[in-house]
Amino acid sequence: MPEQTKEKTRAAARPKADMQTLRRLLRYMGHYKKTLLLVVVCIFISAAASAASSMFLQTLIDDYIGPLLLTDAPVFTGLLQILAVMAAVYLAGTLATWCYNRLMVTVAQGTLKQIRDEMFEKMQKLPVRYFDSHTFGDTMSLYTNDTDTLRQMIAQAFPQLFTSVFTIVAVFFCMLYISVPLTLVVCVVMSGILWIVKKLVGKSGRYFVLQQKTLADLNGYVEEMVNGQKVVQVFCHEPQSKAGLRQCNADWKACTSKAHAYANTMMPMMNALGYIQYVLLAVVGAYMAILGAPNLGLAGRGALTLGMIASFLTLSRNFTNPISQISNQFNAVVTALAGAKRIFAFLDEAPEADDGYVTLVNAREENGVLTECAARTGVWAWKHPHADGTLTYTKLEGRVVLDHVDFGYSPEKEILHDITLYAEPGQKIAFVGATGAGKTTITNLINRFYDIEDGKIRYDGINVNKIKKADLRRSLGMVLQDVNLFTGTVMDNIRYGKPDATDEECIAAAKLANADTFIRMLPQGYNTVLKGDGSGLSQGQRQLLSIARAAVSDPPVMILDEATSSIDTRTEALVQDGMDKLMRGRTVFVIAHRLSTVQNSDVILVLDHGRIIERGSHEQLIAQKGQYYKLYTGAFELE
Amino acid sequence: MIRTLSKSLRENKKTAILTVLCSTLEVVFEIVIPLTMSGLIDNGIEPGDRQAVLRYGAVLLAFALLQLTAGVLSARWGAFASVGFGANLRQDMYDNVQTFAFSNIDKFSPASIVTRLTTDVTNVQNAFQMLTRMAIRGPVMLVFAMAVSFGISAGISTIFLAILPVLGVLLFLIVRKVQPIFRRVFHTYDELNGVVEENIRGIRVVKSFVQEDGEIRKFGKISERIYREFSKGERTITLNSPLMQFCMYTCMILISWFGAKAIVASGNNAALGLTTGELTALMTYAMQILMSLMMLSMVFSMLTIAASSAGRIAEVLEEKADIQNPPQPVKAVQNGEIEFRHVDFSYAKTAEKKALDDICLHIRSGETVGIVGGTGSSKSTLVQLIPRLYDVTGGALLVGGVDVRQYDLETLRSAVSVVLQKNELFSGTIRENLRWGNESATDEELREACKMACADEFIEAMPDGYDTYIEQGGANVSGGQKQRLCIARALLKKPKVLILDDSTSAVDTATDARIRKALADYIPETTKLIIAQRISSVEHADRILVMDGGRILASGTHEALLETCPVYREIYRSQQKGGEQNA
Repeated sequence: MPEQTKEKTRAAARPKADMQTLRRLLRYMGHYKKTLLLVVVCIFISAAASAASSMFLQTLIDDYIGPLLLTDAPVFTGLLQILAVMAAVYLAGTLATWCYNRLMVTVAQGTLKQIRDEMFEKMQKLPVRYFDSHTFGDTMSLYTNDTDTLRQMIAQAFPQLFTSVFTIVAVFFCMLYISVPLTLVVCVVMSGILWIVKKLVGKSGRYFVLQQKTLADLNGYVEEMVNGQKVVQVFCHEPQSKAGLRQCNADWKACTSKAHAYANTMMPMMNALGYIQYVLLAVVGAYMAILGAPNLGLAGRGALTLGMIASFLTLSRNFTNPISQISNQFNAVVTALAGAKRIFAFLDEAPEADDGYVTLVNAREENGVLTECAARTGVWAWKHPHADGTLTYTKLEGRVVLDHVDFGYSPEKEILHDITLYAEPGQKIAFVGATGAGKTTITNLINRFYDIEDGKIRYDGINVNKIKKADLRRSLGMVLQDVNLFTGTVMDNIRYGKPDATDEECIAAAKLANADTFIRMLPQGYNTVLKGDGSGLSQGQRQLLSIARAAVSDPPVMILDEATSSIDTRTEALVQDGMDKLMRGRTVFVIAHRLSTVQNSDVILVLDHGRIIERGSHEQLIAQKGQYYKLYTGAFELE
Repeated sequence: MIRTLSKSLRENKKTAILTVLCSTLEVVFEIVIPLTMSGLIDNGIEPGDRQAVLRYGAVLLAFALLQLTAGVLSARWGAFASVGFGANLRQDMYDNVQTFAFSNIDKFSPASIVTRLTTDVTNVQNAFQMLTRMAIRGPVMLVFAMAVSFGISAGISTIFLAILPVLGVLLFLIVRKVQPIFRRVFHTYDELNGVVEENIRGIRVVKSFVQEDGEIRKFGKISERIYREFSKGERTITLNSPLMQFCMYTCMILISWFGAKAIVASGNNAALGLTTGELTALMTYAMQILMSLMMLSMVFSMLTIAASSAGRIAEVLEEKADIQNPPQPVKAVQNGEIEFRHVDFSYAKTAEKKALDDICLHIRSGETVGIVGGTGSSKSTLVQLIPRLYDVTGGALLVGGVDVRQYDLETLRSAVSVVLQKNELFSGTIRENLRWGNESATDEELREACKMACADEFIEAMPDGYDTYIEQGGANVSGGQKQRLCIARALLKKPKVLILDDSTSAVDTATDARIRKALADYIPETTKLIIAQRISSVEHADRILVMDGGRILASGTHEALLETCPVYREIYRSQQKGGEQNA
C-alpha cells in the first residue's frame, strides 16, 4: 500500500519536474529574446498570410468572379488589382516563413552550443570523485544522445508549437464567433481526443523509457564484447557472444516496437477523431438549422444559416489539424525532456570546492627576503595573505608533510589510517605494498583529488587546504601508469603542462626521457598528430612521452605512480639516467612494483591495509628483517 | 548497398509490404474523405436535406473508421517492421564481426564497430520506417491529385507542369548543397566526441597539469565549428519550406487569374468550361500536390542523412573475413609440435618492413620455450600466428605436423591456448569468466586450473568466492589477479600448446615462479611458449629465443645465451642492476 502511494506521488511529481526542466530550457533560449520576438512576429505574418489564402477563394468567387459573370463586357482590372495585393501578401508570408526558419536555426544551434560549452566547462570543474563513480558511457551520452534529442525539439517542435498555438487560438475565436453551441460540441470531442492522447503518450512513454534502458544495456554489451573481440576469438566464444546479442536485441526489440507502434498510432487516431467530430458537427448543425434552433455566437443571437455551418465545418478541420500536429511532436518532446533532465542534473553537480587563498607567484630573493615580481625568475613563492591583512611569502621548496591522516573514499570504509610522513626537499620517498594497500590513495590526497577526513597535509609548511588547487597542482608533477594523451601533435602533448615552452625545451625533455629516438621515427617526427589517445603508440612509448611531459612542466615535487611499468628493463635502464636527472633536486614520491626502481630511495614506506608498517632506507629495512626483507628475498608475495 | 542491407529484412519483409499497402490505403481514404465532405456540404447542408446529411455522415464515419484501421495497422506494422529490420541489421553485422580475423578488427577499430552497431543502425531504422510509411503517400497523392485536376481542366493544370520541374530542380539543388555540409558536420561531431572522450578518460592528467582552461578553449573551438557548420547546413535546408510556399502561392494566383477568366468566358457553365465549384476543387488539389512534394523532399533529405549510415553498415556486412575455415578442415590436433618454415609476416601489404622475416623454428611437443626481446621486436606477432589469429604472408606454419591453414579454426584454437597481452575479463561471475575456457568444466576442474594459476588463494579469500561478480573490464580485481584469472581460463581449455604473452608482468616474482612450476608439474606434455620481460620468468625454459627486429637473433639455454649473446647479456644485466632482487 505505501508502495502504491509512493508510485502515485511520483507520477504526480513528474509533470511538475517536467515543467521545471522545460522552464529552464526556455531560460536558455531567453538569451535570444529579441530574435525570438522577431520569430513570433514572423510566424504571425506567415500564419496570417496562410489564413488570408484560405479566405481569399471565397472573396474571389463572391466579390469578383460573381459580379464579372453578370456584366456583358467584363473588365479584369479589379481582379488584377486584388491579385497583385494577394501576391504582395503571399510574398510577405513567404519571406516571413523563411525568416523565422532561419532565425530558429540560430536559436536552436546557439542554445545547443551554449549547453554543450557549459557541460564541458562543468565537466572540467567536477571533482575526480565524480568520474570515479560514474561510468564513461554515462557521461559521454550527455554529449551525444541527450544533446541530439534537444536539437530536434528546439529546431522542430518549438516552431511547430508556436504556429499551432496561433492557429488554434485564432480558429477557436472564429468558431465562437459563428456559434457557441457548435463550439461546445468541438470542446467535448476535443476533451475526448486529449484523453486518448494522454493514454497513448503514457503508454508509449513507458515503453520509450524501457527502450532507452534496453538500448543502454545493448550498447554496453556491444561495447564490452567488441573491445574484447580478440579474446572472444581466442576462446572460440563466438556462438555464445552471438547468443548474448540476440538476447539483448530481443529485449530491445520487444519494447521499442511497442513504443513506436503507440507513437505512430497517434496520427491516424487524431485524423479519425477529426472526421468523427466533423460528422457530428454536420449532423448537429444540420438539425439545428433545419429545426430552427436558436444559435448564440459572438456575432450575436440568431438562426444558424447553412453558410455558417459550412464555414464552421471548415474551421473545425483547421482546429484539429494543429492539435494532431502537436501531439505528433509529443514523443519527441518527452524524449527531449528526459535528455534535458539528465543534462541539467549534470550541470547541477557540485563542482570541486576550492577555497584556497594561498597562491603561487614568481619571486626574487634578495638577502634572504622574498619579494613578488611579474617576470619569470625561476624562483617561486607561496603568497599567503593572513586574516590581519598582512602578507607573507614562503619559498616553494617541495617539503611535504602528512600528519596523522585518515581517509576513506566512502564514509563507511576508511582506507588510510593514521598516515604520518615527512618528505624533505630533494628527497625520494617510495611506497611499497600490496594492491589496495593505499599507495595511490596517498598521492590522490597530496594533490587534493580527494580531501582528507582527519589530520593535516602541509606543503612547505602550509596546510594544503589553504592553497589554491590550481597552484598546488602546478607545483606537483604526475606520471601515472595509464598514460592519457590528447589529440594533437607529439610536440603539443609534450608541451601539455607548460603551454609556453619552446620547441627546444620539449625536444630536450624528450631526449631526457629517451623518447627522442622513437619520436623521430614517427612519420612526421614531433609534428606527428596523435589520434584516439595515441593509439598507434605502444604502452612503453606512451610512458616515455608522459615522462617527457612531466619534465617540461618542471615542478618541484613529482609523483611517479608505476611510471615505468610497461617499459622493458633494457629501455628502463636507458631511461634511468634521464629519470635520475629528472628527479635531482626534487621531492619525489615513487610507487613501483620493481623493487630495483625504489631501492635507492631516501625513505621506503611499506604499506599494508592503509597503515605504514615499516619505514626506513633500503639498508635499514633489510637489517630490520621485516616485511620488506621478506618481499626483497621473495619470501613474501606482493599483490 | 541497398541489396546488402535488404538481405537483413527477412521475416520483416511481409510486415514491411503490409505497411506500404496499409499506408497506401490510408492515402486513398485521405483523398476520398474530402470528396465525401464536400458532398455532405453540397448535397446535405446546402439544400438542407437531413436524410442526405445522415447518409453522407454514415459513409464518412465508415470511411473514417476504415482509414483509422488502415492507419493503425500501418503504424503498428511500420514500427514492427523497422524495429525488426534494425535488430536484424545489428545481429547480421555482429555475426559477421564474429567471423572477423584480427586484421579485420584492426582495420575498422573497435570504436568504429561499436558506433556502426548502435547509432548507425538507429539512423537506418528510422529512415526505413519513414520510407515505408511516408514515401508511398507523396507519389500516390501527387499522381491522384494531378489526374483529377487534369480531368477538371487540362488547360489550367498545365500550370502545375510548369511549376513542378522548377520546384523539383530547386529542391534537388538544395539537397545536393546540403549533403556535403552535413557529411562535414558529422565528421566534426566525431572530433567533438573525441575531445570529450579523452577528457573524461584523462581527467586526472588535465587536473594535475591544471589545463582545464586550455581544454575548455579547445572544446570551444570545435563546438563553435559545429555551431557554424550545422547552422549553415540547416539554413540551407530552411529554404525548403519558403520555396514550397512560394510555388504554392504562385500556383494559386495563376489559377485564380486563369480560372476567373475561364469561368467568366464560359459563363460558369460546366458544359462550356470551368465552374466556381471546380475552381475550389482545383485549389484544394494544388495544395495537395505541393504538400506531397514537400513530403517527398522531407523523405529525401532524411534519406541523404541516413545514406551515410547505411554505407557504413554495408561496409561491415560486406567485409570478408581474412581468415576462413578451409573446405575440408582437419578436426584434430595430434600434438603440440610447432614448426615455422621460412615464415614472413607483415601487417599491411604496403608495409616497408616485414614484422617477421624468414623465421625458421622447430619446437618439440612438450617443450618449454621462452621468448625475450625489446619493445617492437615482434614477439607477440610470432605467437599470434600459431592459433592463426593472423595468416602468414610467406612460408608455412605447422602445428602437430599440419599446416595451420588446414585446420578447423575452432579445433586449432581449442588446442592452442593464448593468454593475450591485453587481457580482458567480462562482466559476470568469476565462474562464468573461467568457463569461457570450457563450457562444461566442473567446479573441481575450475579449482584445479585456478590452483595451477595461483588464483585459488585470492578467489577463496573473496566473500563470494567463485561467484564474485567481475565488473566490466575486470575493474574490481587488481592487475595481477586479472592476469592469473586469465591464465586459469586458458588452462581450462586443456590445450596442447599454451602461450603466455607477457601474462605475468603484474604478478610478483615469487608467484610467477610458483605458476611456472605448477605448469611444469601438472601439464608437462603441453608445449609452453612464454613471452616475458623478466629474464627470471624464462630462465628455466628448455630454450630461450632472443628476438630483435622481426628475426630470431639467438636461441639456446639461459647459460648458453649468457655466453654467446650480447643482447641477452645486456637484458640480463639491466635486471640485475643494483642487486639480485629479481631472483
